[in-house]
Amino acid sequence: MKYAFYPGCVARGATPELYTSTIAVCEKLGIELETTSMEAASCTGSGVLQEKNQRLGDTLNARNLALGERAELPIMTICSTCQGVMGQAEKRLEDPEYRASVNEDLAEEGLEYKGNPGPRHLLWILLEDYGLEKLKAQFIRPLTGLKIAPFYGCYLVRPEDALAFEDNPDRKNSLEIIIEAVGAEVADFPGKTACCGFPILTINQTNSMKMVSNHTLAAKREGATAMVTPCPLCHLNLDGYQPTASKQVGQPIDLPILHLPQLLGLALGIDPEVLRLNKHIVETDKVLSAMALTP
Amino acid sequence: MDVALNVRRYDPEADRPESYYQEFALEVDETTTVLDGLIKVREEVDGTLALRCSCRSAICGSCAMKVNGKGVLGCTTKFIDVMGPEGAAVTVEPAGNMGLIKDLVVEFDMHWDKIKAVEPWLKPSGPVPEAEYLTSDKEMLHLAGVMGCIQSGVCTSECTVLEIDENFLGPAALAKAYRFVADPRDDADVDRLGQLNRYGGIWDCTRCMKCVESCPKDVDPMGRIMAMRELAMVAGYTDNNGASHATAFYDIVKRNGLLNEFWLTLRTFGMFNIPEMLKLAPIGIKAFFRGKMPPITFDKIPEPKSVTRIFEKVEGRNK
Repeated sequence: MKYAFYPGCVARGATPELYTSTIAVCEKLGIELETTSMEAASCTGSGVLQEKNQRLGDTLNARNLALGERAELPIMTICSTCQGVMGQAEKRLEDPEYRASVNEDLAEEGLEYKGNPGPRHLLWILLEDYGLEKLKAQFIRPLTGLKIAPFYGCYLVRPEDALAFEDNPDRKNSLEIIIEAVGAEVADFPGKTACCGFPILTINQTNSMKMVSNHTLAAKREGATAMVTPCPLCHLNLDGYQPTASKQVGQPIDLPILHLPQLLGLALGIDPEVLRLNKHIVETDKVLSAMALTP
Repeated sequence: MDVALNVRRYDPEADRPESYYQEFALEVDETTTVLDGLIKVREEVDGTLALRCSCRSAICGSCAMKVNGKGVLGCTTKFIDVMGPEGAAVTVEPAGNMGLIKDLVVEFDMHWDKIKAVEPWLKPSGPVPEAEYLTSDKEMLHLAGVMGCIQSGVCTSECTVLEIDENFLGPAALAKAYRFVADPRDDADVDRLGQLNRYGGIWDCTRCMKCVESCPKDVDPMGRIMAMRELAMVAGYTDNNGASHATAFYDIVKRNGLLNEFWLTLRTFGMFNIPEMLKLAPIGIKAFFRGKMPPITFDKIPEPKSVTRIFEKVEGRNK
């Protein structure tokens, strides 16, 4: 199994532990990540550039998709936002006339997006390519006794047509499937598909922090020991700003937020330090001590 | 097919009013809608069940409700699509974010107050024409996309910002505002955008896409909000964090191909914005000690010029 790896900006910036833990987990699972062909790929625009000029965002993503095609490898993402934004662009580029016109702007670089299927998130690849049974067989350290709350990130749940939910119904509850596969129990709560508040962090911090405290406290009420997310932007808010949210709401939260590969890595028996579980703002000790491990 | 309909009930006139769920067994076929089921319950089982409905054809917009937690029109939601593989119970609850009156009937005042707040009427200038204020077919077709709104309140029910901040104008009112901002006959655009640029307006949307997904008429409220952000910046309303964030994001990706969160944050707030910098300092220090501080130096793709060129080409064409 070999993929052209597109980590996105945040995994290389403010959440380096996501990058490191992805590499460790894929190595353990025998998933080969080819890191050079997508090196030239740009930011997807994260919905922000699309706000200003959708055509610009689509051209940048057509370029990214064309780089993947040139590598002749399927592309793997590890960010809900990258996945969703590229998926939306891919959907619009299904129109051959529009694609041809966008491709004109890529010609100078010798690139052309031919319309092949675009990237898929590690979360989906595990279920669709790797297979749940094969995956389960690798989990040597089941996370029995832990209760984990899922948190998807908007772009991995909406809009459904850009995420091909109809053809892949398991994508809808993929996180819950993984949580159960690692041997943990799902702490279900309605906010799991809502917004983490990150997009308005710099605009309306009060509202953004309300979203963080609402979701984390709701998960705790369902007995969650930790929360897991496939989106580094959600992680930045739910983990990085949790102390601020806790101060605003006037009550302790202290809920560890794990990146998807970190959860997988723990069940795969990878050293918590290799998974960079000591690099979070909210301490992850609770998770580790529940598993009788030390950070 | 047999289905269990699990309805959230609430009667304010009960001795001790509190919400509870009541299950009704129904026989349905592949054409039966959730609204059909509720009307059947009201007519044949329990005449006290309160709900709003009228046309049953997605025209009047009266029957907004939550089915299995999602905002929908009851009249366009078929049981066969929501009952799950083993005929699992279908849960029906009142629309969200609005006060409860009885059972599935909610208080719409908040929704209408916000619509009124955006002054939803044409404000033309110049001499009054002899007949109507005319505009081109093309422009009317574009506006028709927003005018298709039937004020069902489904987006109001689903909005993740209204859930926590009632000051937010919300998707329905902002879509209505766009209808006038984008109308070539309206000459109050700049004033309107100035109002919408304030707290509670266009920049407070999180882009969660819930309104886009739930709108029964494909009005795309979020898309309209995004369009107004760009229009507001073009109109000169750039003195807020939303606009500076969008501009900094644009510049950084244009130059480097990748985003750099360190400079994005600094440029959003302004490097010399001392109070904000002081507020950020504790978070920055914590991140630094955890090795999570985004790099100060710019991470670039190998040939950033190829991305810069795309920006120039696409944007150049726009101008």
